[in-house]
Amino acid sequence: MHHVVLEQWSRGQSFLHARDARAKIPAVLGFLILVATAPAHFEPLALICFLLLIAGLAAARLPVMAALRRAGVVLPFCAAFAAISFLAGEPRRALSLLEKSYLSALAVLLLVGTTPMPQLLRGLDSLGAPRFLLMVAQFLYRYLFVISEQAQHMRMAGRCRGGLAGRRARFRAAAGALAVLFSRSYERAEKIHRSMLSRGFDGRIPVLAAAGFQALDAAFLAAWLSVCLLLRSAA
Amino acid sequence: MNPVIEARDLRFQYDDGTVALRGVDFRLYPGETVAVFGANGSGKTTFVLHLNGLLEGQGSVEVCGLPVAKQNLAKIRQKVGIVFQDSDDQLFMPTVLEDVTFGPLNLGLTPEAAFERAHRALHQVGIDEAAAKAPYHLSAGQKKRVAIAGILAMEPEILVLDEPTTFLDPPGQHALAELLRGLPQAKLLVTHDVEFAAALADRAVFFEKGRIAGEGTVAQVIERFGWSRAVIPSTG
Amino acid sequence: MHIPDGFLSTPVWAALDVAAAPAAAAMTRLAQRGFDEKRVPLLGVMGAFVFAAQMINFPVGAGTSGHLVGGALLAMSLGPAAASVVMTAILAIQALVFQDGGILALGANVFNMAIGGVLAGYLPYHLWGAGRGRRVAVFLGGFLSVLVAAVLALAELQLSGIAMPAALLGVSLGLFVVSAVLEGAITLAVFQAMETLHPDFVRQPAGNRSRTLGGLGLAAVLLAVVGVWFASASPDGLERLAENLGIAGRAKAFLPTPLAGYQAGFIQAAWLRKAAAGLTGLALIYAACALFGRWLAPSRQRSA
Repeated sequence: MHHVVLEQWSRGQSFLHARDARAKIPAVLGFLILVATAPAHFEPLALICFLLLIAGLAAARLPVMAALRRAGVVLPFCAAFAAISFLAGEPRRALSLLEKSYLSALAVLLLVGTTPMPQLLRGLDSLGAPRFLLMVAQFLYRYLFVISEQAQHMRMAGRCRGGLAGRRARFRAAAGALAVLFSRSYERAEKIHRSMLSRGFDGRIPVLAAAGFQALDAAFLAAWLSVCLLLRSAA
Repeated sequence: MNPVIEARDLRFQYDDGTVALRGVDFRLYPGETVAVFGANGSGKTTFVLHLNGLLEGQGSVEVCGLPVAKQNLAKIRQKVGIVFQDSDDQLFMPTVLEDVTFGPLNLGLTPEAAFERAHRALHQVGIDEAAAKAPYHLSAGQKKRVAIAGILAMEPEILVLDEPTTFLDPPGQHALAELLRGLPQAKLLVTHDVEFAAALADRAVFFEKGRIAGEGTVAQVIERFGWSRAVIPSTG
Repeated sequence: MHIPDGFLSTPVWAALDVAAAPAAAAMTRLAQRGFDEKRVPLLGVMGAFVFAAQMINFPVGAGTSGHLVGGALLAMSLGPAAASVVMTAILAIQALVFQDGGILALGANVFNMAIGGVLAGYLPYHLWGAGRGRRVAVFLGGFLSVLVAAVLALAELQLSGIAMPAALLGVSLGLFVVSAVLEGAITLAVFQAMETLHPDFVRQPAGNRSRTLGGLGLAAVLLAVVGVWFASASPDGLERLAENLGIAGRAKAFLPTPLAGYQAGFIQAAWLRKAAAGLTGLALIYAACALFGRWLAPSRQRSA
């Protein structure tokens, strides 16, 4: 599954992996804003951005081709709208839609591929995002795999049984499967809560303090944002 | 010697009317290992949930002389460590280290002290190297060890293990038995696994219809109640 | 429909980020009333459920199949505020981990699906969920949750100037209606299966207490209606609208960058204005989140 691959990437070791999430998040936001506010005809800039991201991927020792392919998941959706814009007589906009969304996705991939999810959430926490929401996201991410596996088993079981049934029956069987999955997820949440209470949970989930924001992190952020600003003013 | 757990005439009925416990008397002494047998629905798990106040019934439960009641819950949950059947329910934090420090931090320890305890507990269960890993990168056996480490980091006096062998293959079961044998705490093993219980338990009790129907050595209990009654679900 | 980055024009994504941040924070606060931090595992696991539910296919016919989107179902089982929090968390994870939806566009996606969609999906259930019209209400909830979210997204794209010929607009609205009907049918089927399996899972529509949420749901539906009107009236987006309304001259300085004020003469370059709009938007989001965080802190301590 994709998030397992990303998880492995994020546990690597490199200069980018070592940077504090509180530096990487604003850096990526800066880059995204650079791309988002670029004019429609920005091919040279787009190329530089692309090379910058590839350099980032290489510096992070991530598999570049795999990352490029992965960021391509945005393309089908974009291609539809690009086609619309093209047909509407705006080929420039069509091209810029593709470029902008692809570059943005690749930048996010570089962030998530070099920052383990707990650090990312902790970074968002110290940047002011609501704690409750982040905790929900943390549990969601943790149990994604567990619940998906259950769903996969159910799908398999459904296929084994329902090969010949009519559409109506299969529709109803799928609804039944989801109801069961809902109830199992609900029960699991209760068991998790029980095991939390058993270890002295009092309503507050302890958050380990993030490691210090180093001078190197500040320097990285400043350098990166200056590059973005420079590129933007050149465009 | 005073028992570390003493339950007297424990009774419990669920909201839906199911009577799960009909008067359980039980004692666990320091250092001993007791196996709890019984079919599904015989009240074993309900009984376990009373030992640290997750459920509250009629009758009494005392842990190390403290009655299980609201004002003592924090202390009791430190003393009674429950390892649940499905490790995924227990390993809810994003990394192993964060999970094992969850308990100690709740006890009010400083992060440094919690880290120290976590590393010691991980060492004790023999998986120091897993500290930075995410739970879903672990095998079932490793998950069980981490779950036990999370409990050991609370420095409990009693270990309660609910169906510890369920998701383990035979080598994993063997390794778990070795690990448990080396732990000094009093232990309660809730299990269907007679072989596993026989390898570890000093004595066994047999639950039937919300009561302890008999006790003795593992061999005696199995002989008296039979293998089939121990593992095949009964109604009620 | 998850909008990726690069699609919305700067004023649109910035404004929606600014709008969605406090709205999501308010939903979080509302959800925390009913579900304090003790219930965090429930909301997280239900989010994982919605993810996993996408693997279960519902046959539609002609070899195609659909899956549950889930906003309305969550609203009817966990309550609208909790559902909104779960959907927000889902969208954040989708944007970060699966590159499904953008980061700058997260505000827009949250606004469309986690707030507009969830509230609109809860509205019929809130109104008629207790009576004989229960089944219709459940179906309508699923239907509206998808339709409102899709129409809002479409309107935002139009606002951003992504031109769409009228014929195509009709086709896409038609497709939205089809997928909305499918979501309604799936929601109803799963809802009924849940009722049989475990009636406790399905929540009775709350009484007066959440009248505000009902009102907000109505607002979401109305907003979508305006969206449809707007999408059809303004093929060229914001600027055409401004012209049509005859306020182009005066408002041109203001409308394309609703976060104006920095448009004084000393910022000349157009891109700088846009960048400033983006940065101001982010700064506002940051401030809103930080403020809400502060505001939440005391209640968090109380619950501890």
